[in-house]
Amino acid sequence: MAFRYLPMTERDKQEMLKKIGVNSVDELFSDIPESVRFKGRLNIKEAKSETALYQELAGLAAKNANVREYISFLGAGVYDHYIPSIVDHVISRSEFYTAYTPYQPEISQGELQAMFEYQTMICELTDMDVANSSMYDGGTALAEAAMLAAAQTKRNTVLISEAVHPEYKDVVKTYAKGQKIDVIEIPLSNGVTDIQKLKEMLTDDIGAVIVQYPNFFGRIEDLKEMEPAIHGNKSLFVVSSNPLALGILTPPGTFGADIVTGDAQVFGIPQSFGGPHCGYFAVTKKLMRKIPGRLVGQTTDEAGKRGFVLTLQAREQHIRREKATSNICSNQALSALAASVAMTALGKKGIREMAAMNIQKANYAKQLFKQAGFEIVFDGPSFNEFVVNVGKSVKELSDYLFEKGMIAGYDLSKVDSKYDGYMLVCVTEIRTKEEIEKFVKEVGAYCE
Amino acid sequence: MSKEHMPLIFERSKEGRTGYSLPDLDVPAADLSDLVPDGYIRTEEPALPEVSEPEIMRHYTELSRRNHGVDTGFYPLGSCTMKYNPKINEDIARLPGFSHVHPLQDESTVQGCLALMHDLQEQLKEITGMDAVTLQPAAGAHGEWTGLMMIRAFHEANGDHHKNKVIIPDSAHGTNPASASVAGFETITVKSNEHGLVDIEDLKRVAGPDTAALMLTNPNTLGLFEEEIIEMAEIIHSVGGKLYYDGANLNAIMGKARPGDMGFDVVHLNLHKTFSGPHGGGGPGSGPVGVKKDLIPYLPKPVLVKTDERYSFDYDRPLTIGRIKPFYGNFGINVRAYTYIRTMGPDGLKEVTENAVINANYMMRALAPYFDLPYDRHCKHEFVISTRKQKKLGVRALDIAKRLLDFGFHPPTIYFPLNVEECMMIEPTETESKETLDAFIEAMIQIAKEAEENPEIVQEAPHTTVVKRLDETQAARKPVLRYIPEE
Repeated sequence: MAFRYLPMTERDKQEMLKKIGVNSVDELFSDIPESVRFKGRLNIKEAKSETALYQELAGLAAKNANVREYISFLGAGVYDHYIPSIVDHVISRSEFYTAYTPYQPEISQGELQAMFEYQTMICELTDMDVANSSMYDGGTALAEAAMLAAAQTKRNTVLISEAVHPEYKDVVKTYAKGQKIDVIEIPLSNGVTDIQKLKEMLTDDIGAVIVQYPNFFGRIEDLKEMEPAIHGNKSLFVVSSNPLALGILTPPGTFGADIVTGDAQVFGIPQSFGGPHCGYFAVTKKLMRKIPGRLVGQTTDEAGKRGFVLTLQAREQHIRREKATSNICSNQALSALAASVAMTALGKKGIREMAAMNIQKANYAKQLFKQAGFEIVFDGPSFNEFVVNVGKSVKELSDYLFEKGMIAGYDLSKVDSKYDGYMLVCVTEIRTKEEIEKFVKEVGAYCE
Repeated sequence: MSKEHMPLIFERSKEGRTGYSLPDLDVPAADLSDLVPDGYIRTEEPALPEVSEPEIMRHYTELSRRNHGVDTGFYPLGSCTMKYNPKINEDIARLPGFSHVHPLQDESTVQGCLALMHDLQEQLKEITGMDAVTLQPAAGAHGEWTGLMMIRAFHEANGDHHKNKVIIPDSAHGTNPASASVAGFETITVKSNEHGLVDIEDLKRVAGPDTAALMLTNPNTLGLFEEEIIEMAEIIHSVGGKLYYDGANLNAIMGKARPGDMGFDVVHLNLHKTFSGPHGGGGPGSGPVGVKKDLIPYLPKPVLVKTDERYSFDYDRPLTIGRIKPFYGNFGINVRAYTYIRTMGPDGLKEVTENAVINANYMMRALAPYFDLPYDRHCKHEFVISTRKQKKLGVRALDIAKRLLDFGFHPPTIYFPLNVEECMMIEPTETESKETLDAFIEAMIQIAKEAEENPEIVQEAPHTTVVKRLDETQAARKPVLRYIPEE
């Protein structure tokens, strides 16, 4: 069988082997000891033609319910938003997606400038001084923030609000184990961080306080109230934030956050069954030289022309090895590019309009649930998510709604059995009034 | 590439222009100040650009023209495996049934995603000779840290808390020691010998009861196969340590040798390298980890299981290291890698390796008369040359790299590995034709001549790019990391 990605002809091969000075390709592998040489044929699936493989995999894809066919009210960290068509057209330019990390700036100005623009947009949204050129995702970005804070304060305990995304909390705890950092959860009061308890927990070994804004239950945390106590204790204030919400909400930087992280999946990045998404990481100027990951900086060339380079690399693993601020090497450049294009398309006006629309539509759904007699658990100011007590198995309700062409909200009993019967509902700007009404009506019909 | 002045997107902004089309607000609008607490509605708008759609497209198209990718030209960047990124992979990953699926949907509605992930794990197990694979790590470095956390959990479960040192060769990728640090280990360096391989005597000296693991790339970053791998495995296993395989160079051995058969206990793979990526300008990648049986209990959760013909996630893993990433890894990249493996099959992957190795050896032999070859033996998928001969003429590896830009080539990796002076690390990959290799060889020969006859042309390169050499010192001394409008 011929392989279309391999240009070497039999004649090429013979000429090249001759030039090398060997008689057969096997000679080139003679340095692999006999005892570990693999002599069989790999027992993997046989090669398929382009057409046959496309058909098979398209069939596999069709087995999944997708949110273009089903009406989704599922969020919990991954969101169904408007994706401008232009986004995929830009990231499909193969000069972008087939490039490596821009270590040769003279032929990578496109990527470098795009990342510089992305960093600027993240700074603008979070109201922070410095943002890097992206991390794997919001969860690992938060874990890196916890490690940074512990190292910076030389304190080995971090407090994390119970209302941080449960999977993010888990990731923070796994990273913390490696660094021997203790992670203690701050309890909640009506679905938001209990600030009184937080204050009581602030002792001199607390390196960081981590909260999510809006939090996992959609609630808007009172950052303003927390900040003086946290900084009064010389701890760092770390906020994980949905960057779309910051189109309308006062950003964490304005409230004095030291590190702001999150996931830019909300900007033009498909849900992709959980990844790749796009972690972002922003800090104050004071922490600039401690930030993990790649940073793009502006400079000039020999002729005085503006240009961009990767900079402050003395922080990074390829220079510092075991003393690096983090082991992160790659970023999510292509996802960051997608987010940049979406943020550019939205612009100053669109981002506010979109964020406000999320609040309005989610609030409309919330009011309809109330009118239908449902309890809104943890009721209070929220962004685009809220918790409904359906009083029944959310799993069974989900099956029912699925038959009606809808994907239900998140079953919170998966987080904790104390949340049995609680559904985390997400309503974004793309849900119509009609869809929202249908959803509430069907939930009501099932729960009657 | 164009040479004209390139504005930032912010400099193209004009008040009142829009590039979006949001749905209507079709629900009754409440007063936002009733929904958001006092002080929590943003008063200062984020200064995002205001640009129309055609201008956005032109901006990014212009940026793309200022960027070199594999589709633009040859990219022989050592240890990065810059092979062609197949287009069907992109199409498959964009199918709505893969790209528009939420990770927390009920398992019964995502069986296609789970089947693909499971089968990819099976293919990777066979290719590497391991007993189990997790697809969760988002990148190679993330995979390294995951593997090391598992080794740590293994030793701790056995009560071996004193096993806190990880041995790493001096030629290793920088991520190896960094990952070991983040996983809470101390690192010890083992030297290379004059043949470019791990010095066995030195390894015996540093290995001991406190050895948690040895991290190794094989073939190593010099492109040389560690021939004494069996003995190395014995040394490490005899002190109760684990052998870690950095899969960055797997492209050199597919179908020829398997880490599992060499005695490795943990393997990470870089799907964005060996399994056709793409690299995306720096990411996203994907760094699955394979392990031998005794490490299976420590796999990150959740673990994908198949019961009869149903796939599900198992969260009940008492010895797991925990969760290492939200959800299940970079699924979109895993879809691309799976498509690639299914395109190539067993014979294709073996041919990939053979052709990659032939290409590298061919280039090495063609360049040998003009440059220093520090290790004169068959290489695997990549090789290093030293430009110390040229350095005596005042031309450094950096200059040669910059001069290559004028010929339309991305230069090789330079100054790595650290144990070779004026190092250039060249990895052609199997997807390049002989004609391309010959053109690159010719360019290198011409540059070697220029170094002798007209060194300035090399020292002052590049001459044809949109910017000349950039002042990196200025960038680091006075960091400008975001756009600030001129007053």
